[in-house]
Amino acid sequence: MTAPGPDLIYGLAGLGMFAMGLYVAMTGTEALRRVLALKICAIGASFLLIVAAWRATPDGIDAVPHALVITGIVVMVSAMAVALALIRRIRALEDAHAAAGTPAAPPRPAPRRRTRPQQGTPR
Amino acid sequence: MDPMVIFDAGLALALVALSWAVLASADRFASVVLFIVLGLMVALAWVRLGAPDVALAEAAIGAGVTGALLLATLRHLRGQPEAPPSPAPVRWAVGGMVAAVTAALAAVVVALVAAPRPEGLAGAVADNLAMSGVEHPVTAVLLNFRAHDTLMEVVVLLVAVVVVWAIDRGLAPAHAPQGPLVDLGPVQDGFARLALPAAVLLGAYLLWAGAHAPGGAFQGGAVLAAVGILAILAGRWRPEPRHRAWARAAFGLGATVFVLVALGVGLGPRVAYEYPLTLAKPLILTIEAAVTLSIAATLAALFFGREPAGLTVPNTVPNTVPSTARGGRP
Repeated sequence: MTAPGPDLIYGLAGLGMFAMGLYVAMTGTEALRRVLALKICAIGASFLLIVAAWRATPDGIDAVPHALVITGIVVMVSAMAVALALIRRIRALEDAHAAAGTPAAPPRPAPRRRTRPQQGTPR
Repeated sequence: MDPMVIFDAGLALALVALSWAVLASADRFASVVLFIVLGLMVALAWVRLGAPDVALAEAAIGAGVTGALLLATLRHLRGQPEAPPSPAPVRWAVGGMVAAVTAALAAVVVALVAAPRPEGLAGAVADNLAMSGVEHPVTAVLLNFRAHDTLMEVVVLLVAVVVVWAIDRGLAPAHAPQGPLVDLGPVQDGFARLALPAAVLLGAYLLWAGAHAPGGAFQGGAVLAAVGILAILAGRWRPEPRHRAWARAAFGLGATVFVLVALGVGLGPRVAYEYPLTLAKPLILTIEAAVTLSIAATLAALFFGREPAGLTVPNTVPNTVPSTARGGRP
């Protein structure tokens, strides 16, 4: 039996990362960790592309999947920046509710409905 | 036994263990730091798999800039209690689904590795490389063969910064980066003084090298963005409202130049992105230079988060709920 090549080893490692990331992204309850899980899931998927592009000879390595993964990395950082901005915003709204004495309602605060009547009162 | 197999197996185990630690760690800060380490390990594995361009992009953007974004957000989450875990039936159902998908994919990976590998597009890229204007296959794919993809990617970054500015506009003052930045002391300042000029040179070199070697607009842009982030952190520069017009121009520059070149080429008998052979390299480098500047400005702005204009909003009363709603208007 021949020794396993890097394609098999890293293919399975990437698959493991994909599975862990997918599971935590779908079952996690903390926003930051779910975002991290999505990124790990994306890394795992990138591993499969890079492994598919790998050949034992340097000339045979396919550049097209590499370009796709670079595109994916840039799109992922954009998505993470938006997700993190949303996390900051949600936290700010929860803090504002806590300061105002209204229950923060951790799972899903509904700021819009609560703020409207109070906004109207000073008029 | 081949020493490379031991290296591969060790690195693969480290990748899986680090991913597990990132996701399972109870401490958010530890999670983020481990995540940055994981990004660098991933870059190492991709170098091993013959993908140095992707490794550079992952190290600079996936580990570096993303890590900076995560650390900046972490500050806002301080003191937040952990939420209870999902209900057990949900976890079991999701676990079963993930296991099924993973088992199917594992069969695919094993079959893929065992079968004789098809040539893929490597031959097509090599045959047409001479007509692309650059000597490096990945740059040829990104800026010539699949240029439309890359244009859309630049547009995604542009959309991201527009959305982040819009979201952060409503942040309560307590959450906005306000007032003088923390003085990080002489070490940070000395480091910035030494590292900033070197990093500017490195970013420009990566851009230039992309034509014939691993590197390119995205890697160079990420290094230049790190220059901006370091300058902000070291207090050497801080974004102000009067910089907004320049920032907006920088965000849009890459996509604008890219579209203008594509349309300009398409005006003649050629289709868009079909650069004339004699002009291909100058055109590609023009696009790459503009895209690099845009990426650097956009990533640094994503790190800073809030639009600088927000800093001039007078302090709203933090004790009333509508203060957040009022902060939502410029």
